[in-house]
Amino acid sequence: MMFVPGNNPGMMADAHIYGPDSIMLDLEDSVTMAEKDAARLLVYHALKSIDYGDTEMVVRINPLSTPYGRKDVEAVVKAGVDVIRMPKTETAGEVRELEAEILKVEQEIGAVGRTQIMAAIESALGIVNAYEIAKASDRMMGIALGAEDYSANLKTQRTPGGAELLLARETIVVAARAAGIACFDTVYSNLDDMETFRKEVELIKTLGFDGKSIINPRQIEVVNEVFAPSQKDIEKALRIIAAIKEAQQRGSGVISVNGKMVDRPVVIRAERTIALAVASGIIAKEDVL
Amino acid sequence: MEIKNAVAGTLESGDILIQIAPGDGLQIDLQSSVAAQFGHQIRKVITETLSGLGIEDAWVKATDKGALDCTIRARVTAAAVRATGKDVWKD
Repeated sequence: MMFVPGNNPGMMADAHIYGPDSIMLDLEDSVTMAEKDAARLLVYHALKSIDYGDTEMVVRINPLSTPYGRKDVEAVVKAGVDVIRMPKTETAGEVRELEAEILKVEQEIGAVGRTQIMAAIESALGIVNAYEIAKASDRMMGIALGAEDYSANLKTQRTPGGAELLLARETIVVAARAAGIACFDTVYSNLDDMETFRKEVELIKTLGFDGKSIINPRQIEVVNEVFAPSQKDIEKALRIIAAIKEAQQRGSGVISVNGKMVDRPVVIRAERTIALAVASGIIAKEDVL
Repeated sequence: MEIKNAVAGTLESGDILIQIAPGDGLQIDLQSSVAAQFGHQIRKVITETLSGLGIEDAWVKATDKGALDCTIRARVTAAAVRATGKDVWKD
């Protein structure tokens, strides 16, 4: 998920060319208060006009407690955004408030249920309430860590090893999995230190995250490399998927590969391997049976 | 509709700076390195956007840095909203 300032039309026009899985146009921290109105209009017209192809389009709105939040919701829902990212989420009640706001606009334009929600958790209270937030709405597609605000709230600072974020990261993954939604890690801002960035991506992949937030196209390749499954894993996963199809055609619930029965967790891992291989561009969607 | 002086946009690549001031009829002063190819289209988008907001009398200076039509629309609307106080999301 690549962050793009919502008041920079040049970046907004080019962002999808680099092939991120999703683009997050930002109306919050990267836009000054004097430019909130102009950025909202830019994002609205960009979403309506630019062909972003298969790229998932996310907009980070301003909190509903500010004078900008409700207008942001109105604009981006009317423009047909895929996902609204809610910043600084601390309670399930805030998610439900956003849901009601989205529904109001969707009813007005006759598109009820179209907009999904991602909640960014950026405080100790948000981490304590992570599971409640994750299951607060049927529209919830994921939760994400916002590490800068979270570290400040903890009265600490970010370090290369990320020890200060470990509990938050693990809590977010567990909450997301328990609620059956996705989870995304925070950004890494030092573009001159790609080695630490790679280590951080390796860490968050091991923890179970679905993806990493990025601030520059240069970071896409590293994320794809780390998340990409090996050729051997892909071949094995494809054999398992083929066996599932074959079992379905036979009307059998028993799946076997090379004479061994395949358990449900193995099938789930195989499906995830294929999804990652497609997302990393190693295999095409059409190559999956 | 009463118009005050207002500005929106920047001079960064891919953007357009729109300055609006009171005027008699619609006058557009366009500066763009691609004016020869796209000047007509840029003027058309500016005129249509202002007309859609009910503005027929204004002096507009547009300094284009290779903006897409959607960017021109957004910047002209932002400048017009600032010039008139009209709320495009509710009106």
